[in-house]
Amino acid sequence: MGIESALGEGFFTTKIDSLTNWARANAAWPMPMGLACCAIEMMAFAGPRYDASRFGSEVMRFSPRQSDVMIVAGWSTYKMSHAIRRIWDQMPDPKWCIAMGACASTGGMHRCYGVVQGVDNYLPVDVYVSGCPPRPDALLHALMKIQDKIKTEHSVLLDT
Amino acid sequence: MSLELNKTEQAVVDGLSSDYSEDLIEVYQSCEHTYIRVEANNIVDILTYLKKKHHFIFLCDIVGTDRYTSDERFELIYNIMNLRTQDRIFVKIRLEEENPVVKTATSVWKAAGWLEREAYDMFGIRFEGHPDHRRIFMPEDFEYFPLRKEFPLLGIPGSIELPNTTPDTE
Repeated sequence: MGIESALGEGFFTTKIDSLTNWARANAAWPMPMGLACCAIEMMAFAGPRYDASRFGSEVMRFSPRQSDVMIVAGWSTYKMSHAIRRIWDQMPDPKWCIAMGACASTGGMHRCYGVVQGVDNYLPVDVYVSGCPPRPDALLHALMKIQDKIKTEHSVLLDT
Repeated sequence: MSLELNKTEQAVVDGLSSDYSEDLIEVYQSCEHTYIRVEANNIVDILTYLKKKHHFIFLCDIVGTDRYTSDERFELIYNIMNLRTQDRIFVKIRLEEENPVVKTATSVWKAAGWLEREAYDMFGIRFEGHPDHRRIFMPEDFEYFPLRKEFPLLGIPGSIELPNTTPDTE
């Protein structure tokens, strides 16, 4: 196949963990959960100027079955929280979650009875992004933090 | 305070004072709008009269207010418009705290349906004869009325269900 010609003569050794993590970290496809104005910044993050595909997050997948990172962009009401959790449960493992912006992280300025005060009330959030809304570069930073996290965890071998 | 009524508003006030003089409580103006406060018992007749005789065919909004600690705690404000002359008037009624019930305006304007559901959802004002008397924003099993003054800003913890975070275990 192709890999011999790419590598040339010889071989290299690695761990299956590292290889898997390298692949996972550079192909983290986002599931956009655009709920408010943060979604506009998330589109800029995916667009050509900030270009998330440089980091392997090529495509926004609108199917939870094909995505790895859920970006909760915006405020979540109690009514919406059930839909978000359902989509999160449909995403295959391994999966990661970014709470983008003040509203998704803490409820933000929506300090009232109808809004969940932070999506970490029902989602396991990996990275919180501050800002209202955050700039696309801040979201890229969050994506890089996710990549760091993927690269330092065990993927195939269990930590015993 | 002297009122500065235009032709339509003058006709409305004159008509109400002759035909519904017992129900008319006060007429006042504020922020360039005319407010007419009437008795709650006869509200549907008055609204029908305004629609049929004075061409107030457009119901813009029904707003509830909580006049907490005042007598007749709840207030309903019908924001209606005459599309022929582009005139707007506000018709107000006041309701008791204990049992805020009023007859529905859905027989006059179909649009009242959702607006009254909102007033019910937020303030607990009930509408007699409403064809679909459910909450409109909050869940059906929610036990409180969030825009009442005694309701805490952040809600009552646990009163609205969050999703199950361990779905596999039921």
